[in-house]
Amino acid sequence: MAADKVDPIHQFHINKLIPIEIGGYDLSFTNSALFMVATVVVAAAFLFLTTSSRSLVPGRLQSVSEMAYEFVGNMLRDAAGTQGMKFFPFVFSLFMFVLVANLLGLFPYFFTVTSHIIVTFGLAALVIGTVVVYGFMKHGLGFLKLFVPHGVPVFLLPLVVLIEVISFVSRPVSLSVRLFANMLAGHITLKVFSGFVVSLSALGAVGVAGSILPLAMAVALTALELLVAFLQAYVFAVLTCMYLNDALHPGH
Amino acid sequence: MFVTSAFAQESAPSADTSHAATGGDTHSGTSVPAEAHGTFPPFNPETFPSQLLWLAITFGLFYLFLKRVVMPRVGGIIDVRNDRISQDLDQAAKLKGEADAAVAAYEQELAEAKKNANSIGQQANDAAKAEADTARKKIEAALDGKLGEAEARIASIKANAMKEVGSIAEDTASAIVEALVGGKASKAEIAAAVKSVAR
Repeated sequence: MAADKVDPIHQFHINKLIPIEIGGYDLSFTNSALFMVATVVVAAAFLFLTTSSRSLVPGRLQSVSEMAYEFVGNMLRDAAGTQGMKFFPFVFSLFMFVLVANLLGLFPYFFTVTSHIIVTFGLAALVIGTVVVYGFMKHGLGFLKLFVPHGVPVFLLPLVVLIEVISFVSRPVSLSVRLFANMLAGHITLKVFSGFVVSLSALGAVGVAGSILPLAMAVALTALELLVAFLQAYVFAVLTCMYLNDALHPGH
Repeated sequence: MFVTSAFAQESAPSADTSHAATGGDTHSGTSVPAEAHGTFPPFNPETFPSQLLWLAITFGLFYLFLKRVVMPRVGGIIDVRNDRISQDLDQAAKLKGEADAAVAAYEQELAEAKKNANSIGQQANDAAKAEADTARKKIEAALDGKLGEAEARIASIKANAMKEVGSIAEDTASAIVEALVGGKASKAEIAAAVKSVAR
């Protein structure tokens, strides 16, 4: 168990809480699923309860909800114009989900949903899927103009189209890996430094004195991770807005 | 593909410790699946279906809840507030207009009152001046009259005096003639002589 405490990977293990298996697939309710539920419940309850008074002059918590709402709204409007506002619920849900998942992950002993690539990839695939489906629905084959920028010489066109296609295909990967890697790396670093504190303080007085530095690092890293949690949710939402803008206006 | 290989290289040493740690862990009875020990947990495909399913369920419900309940509500709150603010601004603009009009009316009245006061002052001034002029003229006329009278009196006194001068000169001349010549000169001769001298 002592080794368990300092193992930085342990926090990412998935434990089955309620085993479910359907058609050969393991669909168990795991700790990851539990924290997804927690994320959703916390985010939804916060937004629901803080706005329940519908005050004309908002209190602090209602201001937070409204600020998040207007923040995402402005972000989407800036990136995709007023036409993009039909995706507002989607982008707002993504932002709140990622933000609350990141923030919940900062609590000790809590599981970080967004530190699993499949979760972030699922969200990124949802974004790109929306872009592709909506793009073809709205513009038909005209959506493919996305890959053909204006004013490119004809002899360069194959190369440019190839680059554009590669860049488009790498979007879900970069979108998901960015969030996943940030959360993973942050939590591993945090755990490593906290692990130092535990192991060093087991060595007696000198160890306790020596553990002050990693403890300070762990505190500083917690602050940094708080920033990263916000920043990554913001980046995820901004990139989603930009990709949705491509679906709305494929002609650059 | 690119991501997996890069990561595996980087985390090889820590993956080793994870082997040892989780090996001890199973004995102590945690429900980590035995298959999960070999791989780094986020890359264990065994957990993918379950995570995707629960992500779809939770995120789907979250999306629906936000779309149906939260966003109309927050949007409504913000709309109501914006309406109220613009209403209040309109009201404030109206009141400001009224206040401006009142100030303009007041200033106009003030200017009129000043003009009136000036004209009244001017009139009073003019009247006073005219009165003073007439008074002065009357006094001057009276003075002129008195001056004329006085001059007339002086002239008459002078004329009388001159008349008496003639008779005195005749008396004196006859006395002188008497004294010098010893005879009496006729009165008419003396008067003629005095008259010729006085000429």
